[in-house]
Amino acid sequence: MIEFINIGKQFGENKVLTDVSHVMQTGQCNLIIGTSGSGKTVLQKCLVGLFEPDRGEIFYDGLSFTEMNNQSRKELRQQIGMLFQGSALFDSLTVEQNVMFPLEMFSKMTIGERKIRVNEVLARVNLVDANNKFPSELSGGMKKRVGIARAIVLNPKYLFCDEPNSGLDPQTSLVIDKLIYDITKEFNITTVINTHDMNSVMEIGENILYMYQGKKEWTGNNEEIIFSKNERLNEFIFASKFLQDAKDMRMLEAKGIIADDRDMDEILKNGDKLTN
Amino acid sequence: MEFFTHFGRYLIMLKGMFTKPENTKMYWKEFMRQCVDIGIGSLGIVSIISVFIGAVSAVQTSYQLVSPLIPTETIALIVRDTVILEFSPTLVCIVLAGVIGSKIASELGNMRVSEQIDALEIMGINTKAYLILPKIAAAMLTIPLLVIISMVLGIWGGRLAGVASGIISADAFDRGLLTKFIPYNVTFALIKSYTFAFIITSIPSYYGYYVKGGALEIGRSSTKSVVVSCIMLLFADYVLTQLLLTH
Repeated sequence: MIEFINIGKQFGENKVLTDVSHVMQTGQCNLIIGTSGSGKTVLQKCLVGLFEPDRGEIFYDGLSFTEMNNQSRKELRQQIGMLFQGSALFDSLTVEQNVMFPLEMFSKMTIGERKIRVNEVLARVNLVDANNKFPSELSGGMKKRVGIARAIVLNPKYLFCDEPNSGLDPQTSLVIDKLIYDITKEFNITTVINTHDMNSVMEIGENILYMYQGKKEWTGNNEEIIFSKNERLNEFIFASKFLQDAKDMRMLEAKGIIADDRDMDEILKNGDKLTN
Repeated sequence: MEFFTHFGRYLIMLKGMFTKPENTKMYWKEFMRQCVDIGIGSLGIVSIISVFIGAVSAVQTSYQLVSPLIPTETIALIVRDTVILEFSPTLVCIVLAGVIGSKIASELGNMRVSEQIDALEIMGINTKAYLILPKIAAAMLTIPLLVIISMVLGIWGGRLAGVASGIISADAFDRGLLTKFIPYNVTFALIKSYTFAFIITSIPSYYGYYVKGGALEIGRSSTKSVVVSCIMLLFADYVLTQLLLTH
């Protein structure tokens, strides 16, 4: 569990975060959503210690991250895995060397054990026969999967993902979302995801924090978001006519006005008769 | 004011390098990789430059020595001293500032922009110690060695050009080389090369490590790092000469 209380951050005169508090639950996909410039990346960077918040406190399973000394932070960071927006793979290393890097640095495994572990995590992210490829030879989706493999190779307790679906097609995005979700459940990790991908919100949003202009605007899950009356949230989530219609359908389903196991072919056939 | 901001941050970066390594073996591996990159990687260009520097200085010295009262051995003496005192340490390091400096700045800049440095930080690695210290240490080991090679090749180049163009005989050149040789000059050259090695790796590391923006900024910071390194190198050259060679 990661809890942060009254986090504030400003760059010069520009206030980026104002008193943001929330709890990220263990074993759940915790999403931070918001428009560009709403402060979600800065918040995530504060949580992992890449930025120092000006105010507020961060607790990792009750341990105050903000008051930790450098050594304790370094030790805690070995329990943190992070998937970056651009994957942040080391260009000069192969896929295998990239995933093996944290093991070489922090584990006392023999080279044989390291290779077994690397193959295990690569298989877990459905990447086989890519061990000797360089990042430049991989597709966007493959890079993300290598990034996930590297992030989970040390069995972290906390997984941070910054825009995991950026630059990916919708189908690959779903694969990545499912992978993150499954890993979260399988290893009971506290996963924090920064996203503005609506598919992710609807598919894996178990605990959602919506940020607006550096402040916490709304919290809930992917069921509650459908019925939210928050105008800013609705404008952000259901920005297009298509998504607004999808929301309306979901609401009609929830209220039992239309069946959720409806036969669309039948409805369309009846519709044809009506128009005739 | 901006100068003090940069200088302060540069000192903080240097201080941040000295922490206990997370894994000594990995640091050693990185140090060896840098030794190969900086040392072996620069050997070709250093060799070519040195031979030509020596050759040109032999021919130019002979052109300027018009008096028949001055023995031809003086050409070898002048070539030896200019190569040892100035050409090998300073000129070679200026060239290396361009070759190594731009490589270091763009490598670190690219790592910063593509979040690779952040990825290392998240893993709990002191990135200043892991990425910058091995570069500086490798340069301080290999650059003085390159300078020694450059001295030998420079003098050899002078001898080759002198003999080939009939300016001086091989025997006279060898006699000149042994005339009034001051071993302290080599020590002085090595002190300079250690200082220059530090300058031409730490300054580009600073510019690369703290780069902000994208590809354009990486290019800019790389160029800036080479310019600043060269200026600092020449300034250090003057200060060291003043301190160590004046009585």
